[in-house]
Amino acid sequence: MALFLQQMINGLTLGAIYGLIAIGYTMVYGIIGMINFAHGDIYMIGAFNALIAFILLGFFGITWVPLALSLVLIIAVIVTAVYGWTVERIAYRPLRGSTRLAPLISAIGMSILLENYVQLLQGARNKPMPNLLEGGFQLWTENGFNVQVRYLQVGIVALTVALMSGFTMLITRTPLGRAQRATEQDRKMAALLGVNVDRTISLTFVLGAGLAAVAGMMVLLYYGQIDFYIGFVAGIKAFTAAVLGGIGSLPGAMLGGVLIGLIEVMWSGYFSVEYKDVATFAILVMVLIFRPTGLLGRPDLEKV
Amino acid sequence: MAVTAVDRPVDYTDLAKRSVAAGVITLILGSLLVGLETVPTPNGGSMQLEPRYRALICAAVGIAVVYCLVELLKVGRAMPALIGGLAMLAAFAVLEWAKIQGLPLGDQLPFNSWVVNWGVMLVPISLVLRALLMMHRAGRPAAVQQAGHKEDGFAAFYLKYNKLFGTLLIAIAVALPFAPFADRRLVDIGTLVLTYVMLGWGLNIVVGLAGLLDLGYVAFYAIGAYTYAMTSINFGLSFWLALPVAGALAASFGIILGFPVLRLRGDYLAIVTLGFGEMIRIIITNWWWFTGGPNGINDIPRPSLFGLVFERNAPKGQETFAHFFGIGYLPIQRVIFLYFVILMFALGTNLFTLRIRKLPISRAWEALREDETACRALGINPRNTKLTAFAIGAMFAGMAGSFFAARQGFISPESFVFLESAVILAIVVLGGLGTQIGVVLAAVLLIGMPEYFRSLQDYRMLAFGIGMVLIMIWRPGGILSHRSPTIFLNRGKAKP
Amino acid sequence: MSEGPLLSVEHLTMRFGGLVAVDDVSFSARDRQITGVIGPNGAGKTTVFNCLTGFYKPSVGRLTLTGRRGSFLLEQMDGYRIAQRAGVARTFQNIRLFPGMSVLENLIVAQHNKLMRASGYTFGGLIGLAGYRRAERAAVEKAREWLERVRLVPMADWDAGNLPYGGQRRLEIARAMCTDPDLLCLDEPAAGLNARESAELNQLLLSIRDEQKIGILLIEHDMSVVMGISDHIVVLDYGRKIADGTPTQIRNDPAVIRAYLGEAEEDENPAAEGAKA
Repeated sequence: MALFLQQMINGLTLGAIYGLIAIGYTMVYGIIGMINFAHGDIYMIGAFNALIAFILLGFFGITWVPLALSLVLIIAVIVTAVYGWTVERIAYRPLRGSTRLAPLISAIGMSILLENYVQLLQGARNKPMPNLLEGGFQLWTENGFNVQVRYLQVGIVALTVALMSGFTMLITRTPLGRAQRATEQDRKMAALLGVNVDRTISLTFVLGAGLAAVAGMMVLLYYGQIDFYIGFVAGIKAFTAAVLGGIGSLPGAMLGGVLIGLIEVMWSGYFSVEYKDVATFAILVMVLIFRPTGLLGRPDLEKV
Repeated sequence: MAVTAVDRPVDYTDLAKRSVAAGVITLILGSLLVGLETVPTPNGGSMQLEPRYRALICAAVGIAVVYCLVELLKVGRAMPALIGGLAMLAAFAVLEWAKIQGLPLGDQLPFNSWVVNWGVMLVPISLVLRALLMMHRAGRPAAVQQAGHKEDGFAAFYLKYNKLFGTLLIAIAVALPFAPFADRRLVDIGTLVLTYVMLGWGLNIVVGLAGLLDLGYVAFYAIGAYTYAMTSINFGLSFWLALPVAGALAASFGIILGFPVLRLRGDYLAIVTLGFGEMIRIIITNWWWFTGGPNGINDIPRPSLFGLVFERNAPKGQETFAHFFGIGYLPIQRVIFLYFVILMFALGTNLFTLRIRKLPISRAWEALREDETACRALGINPRNTKLTAFAIGAMFAGMAGSFFAARQGFISPESFVFLESAVILAIVVLGGLGTQIGVVLAAVLLIGMPEYFRSLQDYRMLAFGIGMVLIMIWRPGGILSHRSPTIFLNRGKAKP
Repeated sequence: MSEGPLLSVEHLTMRFGGLVAVDDVSFSARDRQITGVIGPNGAGKTTVFNCLTGFYKPSVGRLTLTGRRGSFLLEQMDGYRIAQRAGVARTFQNIRLFPGMSVLENLIVAQHNKLMRASGYTFGGLIGLAGYRRAERAAVEKAREWLERVRLVPMADWDAGNLPYGGQRRLEIARAMCTDPDLLCLDEPAAGLNARESAELNQLLLSIRDEQKIGILLIEHDMSVVMGISDHIVVLDYGRKIADGTPTQIRNDPAVIRAYLGEAEEDENPAAEGAKA
């Protein structure tokens, strides 16, 4: 029971991180119907930006943790968001309106490019990060096994919840969200009605990249180390989360993320660590076969 | 379009603004990743930063200038691009010269790595070339047109000499190992390229013809490779006997995977196949007592030519190739033999594709790619039709996998990562969906080139990624994308 | 040929969640007749079609087709089997050709099942059996016949997507006919055609009816088009059948007039019940 509870807590934390990345996939898929394959690498770049920002702040003597964290968050989000914008502008916008495969290939190319770019600039080795937020609450003890919630975990989940609510507001209440939903429904019509489609799509990428940067920073703090390759696996899992939750749906992405996090952690805890990714994919396949629209996705009835 | 590009006015303020913006964006992008390098502190443990301002500033200024020149080029102003490009090249030459002479100025090259410095120089070179081309064409304003026309010309040119191209390519491929400049390395690279050509042609059936986006193609390749490795080591099956087994097993896996997932929408199919590829790799890695785990399988027997082995000394009961023909043993004989084996396989795949394109099954694949709903209304069973494509594609991958295992003599899960699937897909899409020669061009470009420049190891994949993006932007339909009908009514028996 | 109707639709109901798109509709269509299904927009005509051709599974109802190939319960068959086995072909409201394939190829694909058998399910074709080549020649001949009828022979090697709109409409009908159907279902074939093209289409449909001896089911929301060529007309409104009879009967039916002029409020259509009898 204690193990279960502990894994539950760990799974939720991991799931929150996946969820934040998944939002980027789901929004982009929703609005232009493409798998932004480079999104996982944007998240990796977010993590690197956060790492460098941390060290930079340390160099300037800003070591008060809350201030350092907020500054790093802001810097990493801004810089990474510009990456999101640039990737869309360079690799996807010229291909809008061409075949379905072209942007996907371009995205795979972009993903390879970004990985190697970071590897060349920052080296292939693991980058360690000192633990900034130590300690946590002791929830419960059973047979000498402590169920612990780290402060960091509380912070990650709280920040995710806050970002999610902010985001839902943004999509449902603001003109930007309206433009986004309109573009998603019918790009041509939206353009005719005066929605700046290019800008809306760009903003979608910017927002997605910003959230990925937050996730990157969380992962940096949570695991205490990153390398240039973390984007690939996390990207696939986050995409799986987006599909599991129903692609195009924001709450779905979050739900999918949490489920994937839980499945992964539980599987590692009870069965085998080696096969945790197989479990994730197996569940994805099941969901797609029995509920192709995902858990919260809109059913799409074929129009004949 | 009476107005030629040259007459278009230029809003210089706006251009300046946008160029500066491009520079500023570069500055922001690089501010942390380019401008600062994380290095371990001398005492280990944590990290510290080392600045790289020069690279960052050079990149930002360079991009702003290049952006400006390219924009001017786009509206028909070639002169600035020519001058700017030449100036950049001149500056580079001076710095490079200073470096060789050991002058202090030589330290001022923008980047620390000579590869990046030289690589970046490709930009001004292409600027100058574009500018010259444009000036050359300026006398004929009609020629200054968008990409659409150029593409037609390219495809038409290819179509006209289609047969010739094919024959020429095959002739070159056959003659390559005997060319005076052919060393072992070149033949090895040729073998590798041909392996990818075969994989590309196999995947082309799935993606190009049937329109099924398969991101886990490498899984079937892996299945083929492991099938041969394990049957030959455990049951002593020869390469030629294991080949159909590997093909059939890979095809069965294709059917098993395809059965539940082929009704999924295109992008879902992509991600499920990707997941399948990863699953196979993880299983191979962790099922160590069966597959050797991450260490892989060693000492896989090499293929023989009708029982003639390519060794210095024949094992008992067998004869060596060299002995049979009464020539001296040379290690390159095996290399050349393997080259011809894969050439034959690849040509076999090509022949198969050309034949099957004239059969109803292939037309049904293409029809499914175009409109599945209409297919159902015509009584075509979508699932079986797709399954056939999937299984046939998998079969070719399985055979290529067996060849890979036999050629290397060693396989491990590392050879079957997602990147391989991506590369094969890139070959198909970059080559131009559905065209056979395009695949060859793309394979030479994506596999042969990087392999040839292997000494540039670290930069190889970066260039690969950049190449993929650039080619897609330049030709979204692929280098050679053209489809001609498989049957004609009004052109007699003329072949496409 | 059987004595009974070619197609009989009994108590067909189709619900989407809470919405009842088709509500207890029964009618029948005969061999060598053109049966028109008309009704205002949203009356449920296309839904009836989609149930017939297997794109939707009806919530309730029995759809029996009795043609040259035998008797089939369409509601129990998979979509593609309805075309393959039962011999029902259809066209679509918004034309669905294979735009990247040539006009001729479109018609060859329509003969897929026949050709698959001839090619020995690909194996025979791969080794180049003569039987397949013969079958392919026959398929091309059949395609040429239909191309002549729809006046598309000169464009046979064009990409289907490059045909003008009217040509695409005609090609879609030719393609459906190449499957050798017993029942041809046309979903608003006259939509977007000008008066001359529309008249030509009517001639084509009449000749198909008379020469191929098959039944045609025709959806139209424009009454005038369908009145001229239909032998029998079924009128739907709000998912219900409000009338059923010859063109003359329909023209004088008060319920139909009410539905089309959009008069008064929804009643339970007593007139329609009367008209059916």
